[in-house]
Amino acid sequence: MTPPRKRQVRLVVSLTLAVLLASGLIYTSFSAADPALPPSQLMRQGKAGADIQLTGTVVKHSVVDLSSGAVEFELADRSGGGPAVEVDYSGSVPPTFEAGRELIVTGELKGHTFVAQPSSMVTKCPSKYSAAPRST
Amino acid sequence: MAFAGRVALVLALVVSMYGITAALYGARKGRRDWVDSGRRSVYCLAAILTVAMAILEIAFIRNDFSYNTVANTSSTTTPLLYRAAAMWSSQEGSLLLWVWLLSIWASVATFMTRNRLRDIVPYATSVLLGFGAFFTTLLVFFDSPFAQTHPAPVQGAGLDPLLRNPSMLIHPPMLYSGYTFFTIPFAFAVGALIVRRVDADWIRVTRRFALASWLFLGIGIVLGARWSYYELGWGGYWGWDPVENAALMPWLISTAFLHSVMIQEKRGMLRIWNASLVLGASTLAIVGTFLVRSGVLNSIHAFGASTLQIPFVALISAMTGGSIYLVVSRREVLRSEHTLDSLFSREAAFLLNNVVLVGLCFVVFWGTFFPLISKAVTGTSAAVGPPWFDRYTVPLALILVLLSGIGPAIAWRRATLANTRRNFLLPVGAAAVMAVAAYTVVPIGSSIGVVLLFCAATFVFASVGQEFWRGWRARRATSSDSPPLALLSMVRRNRRRYGGYIVHIGIAVLFVGVAASATFQHEQTLSLRVGQSTRVGAYTMKYMRASGSVVADPNHTGATMTLGAVLRVTRGGHYVGTLRPSAGYYPAAIVPGLVVASLISGDAVDQIGLQSSWRRDLWAAIKPLGRTLPANGTQLPEERLVNLADGTISPTLSATAQLQTAYVELGLIVAHYIKYPPTASFTLIASPLVMWIWIGGLIVFLGGLTAIWPAPSALRSRLRARYLARVAQELGRA
Repeated sequence: MTPPRKRQVRLVVSLTLAVLLASGLIYTSFSAADPALPPSQLMRQGKAGADIQLTGTVVKHSVVDLSSGAVEFELADRSGGGPAVEVDYSGSVPPTFEAGRELIVTGELKGHTFVAQPSSMVTKCPSKYSAAPRST
Repeated sequence: MAFAGRVALVLALVVSMYGITAALYGARKGRRDWVDSGRRSVYCLAAILTVAMAILEIAFIRNDFSYNTVANTSSTTTPLLYRAAAMWSSQEGSLLLWVWLLSIWASVATFMTRNRLRDIVPYATSVLLGFGAFFTTLLVFFDSPFAQTHPAPVQGAGLDPLLRNPSMLIHPPMLYSGYTFFTIPFAFAVGALIVRRVDADWIRVTRRFALASWLFLGIGIVLGARWSYYELGWGGYWGWDPVENAALMPWLISTAFLHSVMIQEKRGMLRIWNASLVLGASTLAIVGTFLVRSGVLNSIHAFGASTLQIPFVALISAMTGGSIYLVVSRREVLRSEHTLDSLFSREAAFLLNNVVLVGLCFVVFWGTFFPLISKAVTGTSAAVGPPWFDRYTVPLALILVLLSGIGPAIAWRRATLANTRRNFLLPVGAAAVMAVAAYTVVPIGSSIGVVLLFCAATFVFASVGQEFWRGWRARRATSSDSPPLALLSMVRRNRRRYGGYIVHIGIAVLFVGVAASATFQHEQTLSLRVGQSTRVGAYTMKYMRASGSVVADPNHTGATMTLGAVLRVTRGGHYVGTLRPSAGYYPAAIVPGLVVASLISGDAVDQIGLQSSWRRDLWAAIKPLGRTLPANGTQLPEERLVNLADGTISPTLSATAQLQTAYVELGLIVAHYIKYPPTASFTLIASPLVMWIWIGGLIVFLGGLTAIWPAPSALRSRLRARYLARVAQELGRA
């Protein structure tokens, strides 16, 4: 093979590899991803049985510790308003978890209750860069 | 004073605009004086912005709550050190910090190049001032740090207690230094492409800035991880959150760049690639700055809706479009002088390292922006979680660690069988021994990744150690230095090389910590009463007694009250240590009549109990009051606590007397808590080798510092050259 030809072959082989890897990546991301919804949308278009990332704010006075170590609470939209969803959650609870905190849980809608996967809760930091002044 | 601040920002904008025009005009007409004038506007910008920074900083220190940003992020109860750092917890404050750092580093860069690269410098100057103009525009027209409210509130909201952590004092300036440093290689790359002077000169001038950017970003990332580990109360240090990823992406690309420039300097290859990497990394740095405050992605950092989306998207589009145009239109002059000789050479190893790093960056980019991508493709926003990231990043990280052992040992141009055997016999042998040792200790099936990583790390230690050993022996053979001195002078004579090797060791150490702590961590979340105990891995943790304090503020973060627990940790019946996790309660604005409640109704924040050693970390966080509601269901636990003591302060007392009484009441609350401790919920973690993550980070930092430090001989020779030039000038004049 002449050198330019060899270079072309190398280029084609490496580009093909890159494309193959990238399409693998893209395919798995679509199949592994969970739709992310706020509670109001979940209630509106709620498909039972599919894994969903639920994002919202814990409703005040809604947190109940069960003796089993599990927690029940209601989650409402970040912006406030809209219907709240009841969430059943077990497993590790981040210590920053409390009423009024924003969080993300992954799980599925069963009837009217959102059953979260154990230890799927991520709490958000309080607004570090809030545009509006915090009310205290 | 605020008026002076506003004037300073407008002046800064005017100076930037003038500087851009002057530098470009000078370059067009070949007028050196105009170019110099453009350069001086960079210094001028730095001076003006320093004044603006000082005004705002003084307002923070003096508790001048007429400034909205001070009232929103600081308070008289916030300790002085945290007040001084509160500026960058707001959007407008952090933008000011950004552009101030930019102006400082740009001044350093333009000063260093005042007599070099004459054709490139004017364009680089205008690009740097362009960034300055963009950010000052945001500060003048969109989000002013000098906006005021009259009359001033008597008290501010206070710095978010979660940010009251030593790491948070320096994390944002480090990260922003990293982001802003990278604008300098970007500006010079753009200049070099515009004038089609694409040899390695601009790289030599800006390499140290790229290295500084890489180093500062790295420090910023590690400090962020440390903050998360100490403060967020989930016991983790990395969660593939968009904001973490935003800092990681430019860091990965600049790592790739630092390696591939060596090939351009040595062999004149990879010019298109290097130019693209520089342009890409700095665009990603702006994307990072943007992501942190845009709210376009769901992140654990809950950001308010920002007003700055449109200007940032415009800037990022302009940078991307401009970069692509420049590289494509200059592709002819960017052609390589040489080609790769062999696939078994250091060049090829570097190339592979670049491909892996860029691939890693692509994975992170894709995962981070996936919610937007899937919204565009399927109509619903969807997110990928840490398992998806891990699936790709773990194997890629393994390859990277392995390459960081191969790179230093393999020969340039073409490795022969003989020198390969000479260089790799020991590292491969060491890795094999490690594999056998690991196999006997850990069950291999479930943790194949961690065993592979341990082997790769051993390989790196042996390979880099061998390089040090050989260099040291050669140095001793040619000099009469004592052994330690020979090592020191060897490193000093070749800072870049040995600094780089030290970084490789640090990275391997860091990954050992990450792999072990991620794989073999034991975690328990549960409720305990005093006297109860639980097992966490091999350890037994017993809740001995409740603890608490008022005003004492053991962590110096401005907490008015802390409630906590004392846990006794044993292993196999032997005492191991004591953990004292607590929760800090912070004051909110004082409401007359509800003084006690006001003193503790801010956010409660974890102060973790940690026992750290080189072998394992024992980590505990507590929610002192549990989360359980009382049967009648209307009060939060904190409210119940306050009710124990409230209602006894007479509103006729003076404000000071009310406050004093309130503190006494708080003391009663704490005493009650200690005497009748309720069931508290705990998160308990036993995690091996976590400390090595921080030690690895420190080694990387030391290595980076070694590489970045100007060589004394070079400095001396430069000074001598300048002196000789001046003497010659004087002689010529005489």
